[in-house]
Amino acid sequence: MWGRKVDNRLLEVKNLSVDFHTSYGTVHAVRDVSWHLDRGETLAILGESGSGKSVSASAILNLIDMPPGEITSGEILFEGRDVLKMFPEERRQLNGCRIAMIFQDPLSHLNPVYSIGFQIAETMTAHGRNKGETRAKTIELLKRVGLPDAETKIDAYPHQFSGGQRQRIMIAMALALKPDILIADEPTTALDVTVQAQILALLEELQQETGMGLLLITHDLGVVAEVADRVVVMKSGEIVETGTASEVYHNPHHPYTKKLIAAIPGEGEMAEPLNIETKPVLEISKLTKHYGALVALDNVSLKVLPGESVAIVGESGSGKSTLAKTILRLEEATSGTALFNGQDLISMDAKDLFKVRRDIQMVFQDPTQSLNPRMSIYDVISEAFVIHPDILDRQHWKARVCELLEQVGLKSEHMNRHPHQFSGGQRQRIAIARALALEPKLIVCDEAVSALDVSIQAQVLALLTKLQSDLGLSYLFIAHDLPLVRDFAHRVIVMQGGKIVEQGPVGQIFDAPREDYTRNLIAASLSPDPVIQAQRRATRKELQGATS
Amino acid sequence: MLNFLGKRAVASGISFVGLVLLVFFLSRLTGDPTSLYLPLDASDEIKNQFREIHGLNDPLVVQFFNYMGDLIRFDFGDSIRRSEPAIDIVLRGFGWTLQLAAITLSLVIFFSIVLGSLAAFHVGGAFDRIATFFSLVGASAPDFWVAIVAIVVFSVTLGWVPTSGTGSFAHWILPVAVLFIRPFGLIVQIVRGSMITALSSAYVKTARAKGIKNRSIIFVHALRNALLPVITVIGDQAAALLNGAVVIETIFGFPGVGKLMIDSILQRDFAVVMAAIVVTALAIFLMNLVIDILYSILDPRIRY
Repeated sequence: MWGRKVDNRLLEVKNLSVDFHTSYGTVHAVRDVSWHLDRGETLAILGESGSGKSVSASAILNLIDMPPGEITSGEILFEGRDVLKMFPEERRQLNGCRIAMIFQDPLSHLNPVYSIGFQIAETMTAHGRNKGETRAKTIELLKRVGLPDAETKIDAYPHQFSGGQRQRIMIAMALALKPDILIADEPTTALDVTVQAQILALLEELQQETGMGLLLITHDLGVVAEVADRVVVMKSGEIVETGTASEVYHNPHHPYTKKLIAAIPGEGEMAEPLNIETKPVLEISKLTKHYGALVALDNVSLKVLPGESVAIVGESGSGKSTLAKTILRLEEATSGTALFNGQDLISMDAKDLFKVRRDIQMVFQDPTQSLNPRMSIYDVISEAFVIHPDILDRQHWKARVCELLEQVGLKSEHMNRHPHQFSGGQRQRIAIARALALEPKLIVCDEAVSALDVSIQAQVLALLTKLQSDLGLSYLFIAHDLPLVRDFAHRVIVMQGGKIVEQGPVGQIFDAPREDYTRNLIAASLSPDPVIQAQRRATRKELQGATS
Repeated sequence: MLNFLGKRAVASGISFVGLVLLVFFLSRLTGDPTSLYLPLDASDEIKNQFREIHGLNDPLVVQFFNYMGDLIRFDFGDSIRRSEPAIDIVLRGFGWTLQLAAITLSLVIFFSIVLGSLAAFHVGGAFDRIATFFSLVGASAPDFWVAIVAIVVFSVTLGWVPTSGTGSFAHWILPVAVLFIRPFGLIVQIVRGSMITALSSAYVKTARAKGIKNRSIIFVHALRNALLPVITVIGDQAAALLNGAVVIETIFGFPGVGKLMIDSILQRDFAVVMAAIVVTALAIFLMNLVIDILYSILDPRIRY
């Protein structure tokens, strides 16, 4: 029994500590971390940004830049041998051959200037495989990961594929030499839910086929519930909890794990619909936008009531962001109208548009990029008063900025700082304060919380809800994350291929969806409860079995 | 692609006509060649005859249209000073300049890419410091001074190489070496900076995770991505060399197009000035086209 267990042990990380020496001082990225991975097993390392969840995986593959990184203690045993004591050449031979890795953003992780065929074949030639055989093997791999037209697509470049296809290509590249361990660092975070389900299913299938150990690094409890056998929860560089996926979800011990599970969206009460008879603040009818032959928006009609949150959901390419840009006149519509308090935004001249823009503000996905790094928070927020000078006298600017910062849960002394001195969640609060500066009626949130950690998401959404009840704001909330929408929106609009597929009160969309597309979308989103997720998976497999 | 080439040809054609117009009238501002080529006591009759022969009596505008008319038939006119077709003189000089530019540039490209890439691989390491030091010295060295010091040291004192002129392999050494220094220093800096960015990119991390050897990571994965800005600067430097390295050609008595241009401006030999400018402008246009095509070869995302 004991002997068999040792045979199965692929990888063991013991008391690993890694420091990063930066100009601000030493950061202890991971401290005294220990975990192990067996053959055929899936271990998830769960943590939010800055928890150090990726660091131990990077240490295994020698991907930490030293300096500034330094491994201060511990060992990493692969099949019983400490890789940290190996020569660089020996470690290079492990990488890609015995231990392989796939990453979060496959577009930036594939070399843009080489064909995918070259990049997959290179894994094989780098480990001494004969160049002549690689092409046939590459085509075989691409077929295995489900890439259509593998024979012709082998010579195409990364930018010619969709996000999901690129992740399939990364997987093919990683599995070229049938590694014993596959490390997947947030492999589905950038993908649509339906594509996420496909990629996770593919990983699981491949694992059953090859018996490899899968190390999954993620922030998403749904992903853990779907595929992980065991889970390690990390916070601030330390392991706070370990156990099977089901144990950790149903019986968390550490307060942080409890907090993390409590913050998961999609479990709370759904909002009641507002009175439809109210005069809408925004009324869009038959809005159409063509890019050459591509129809990005096709006869889209919808209403937003005062004080209402309308969510627009759909996969990438469904036209949800184009809709926002067209309403804000960042893109010109091909035809249709968008009445804002009775005035048509689409046909409005520049002067009127300038006035109306005060009433419609936008909060973007990435607060790091949407705040000018060289401006202080005071400058960022008060810029609105510079652009619209009639709104407030200069002597009141400071007081108003203080008020706005307090409204979004920050302190007035924060106004002299710069964006880089804040965390992601705080930056998004600043972006919201900036949007509020002009006292808008409608705020368009384009994936406004997608880039944030789960616990921060909940806080920002609570803030948006509070502001709505205090100020009577309306939100047009563009999102791909269905559980979030379920907790936040009054009404949901489902888009696909530039068209509205279905719209209705949030309760109806989630409890009794009418369209197959909506049903698929809801079914593909992952529940954080491993038991529920196992049931869903069984149903999904039955459905697949029935269709095939 | 053909569409792109067509557009580029039209755009270049327009700027080409503008250039010819500008140079034609500006060179006439330098004065009347008659006073330079005829003896001071030449009679008005002889002067008039000289002007008649060289078409200098017509109004300037008429002279210009005559010139453009000839140009369309590839007739650049004759040199006043040497009484042979201007284009022959220019092509002879341009041949020399082209050789000098090609040799210098090949050496610059090879050494700066290798050194810059290796410096970027270990930023702050000993090799990086040495390479950075020498490239900064090179990029900021005044080449006329280096040329004169080099002649004093290597030709006059040591007697290893000839001071000036052409004729043997040894004659090439000093002009090439002096011309090499500045573009080399500059391009090492560009390669280094561009490679540091490329080497810290996500696809390099993937390559390391795949177990690719360092040599391939540098010269296969990172370099091709880092080359676009480098090529832009190389093009810039190549244009300067094609224009004729005027100072260096003059110091080393090298019979290239740069020296020819200066001489013929001083001698008011208008036909030669015009022909030299037309030929170098065409060469620079062609070179820019080659650079654009290189972009699209190096980066499949660039398509015209």
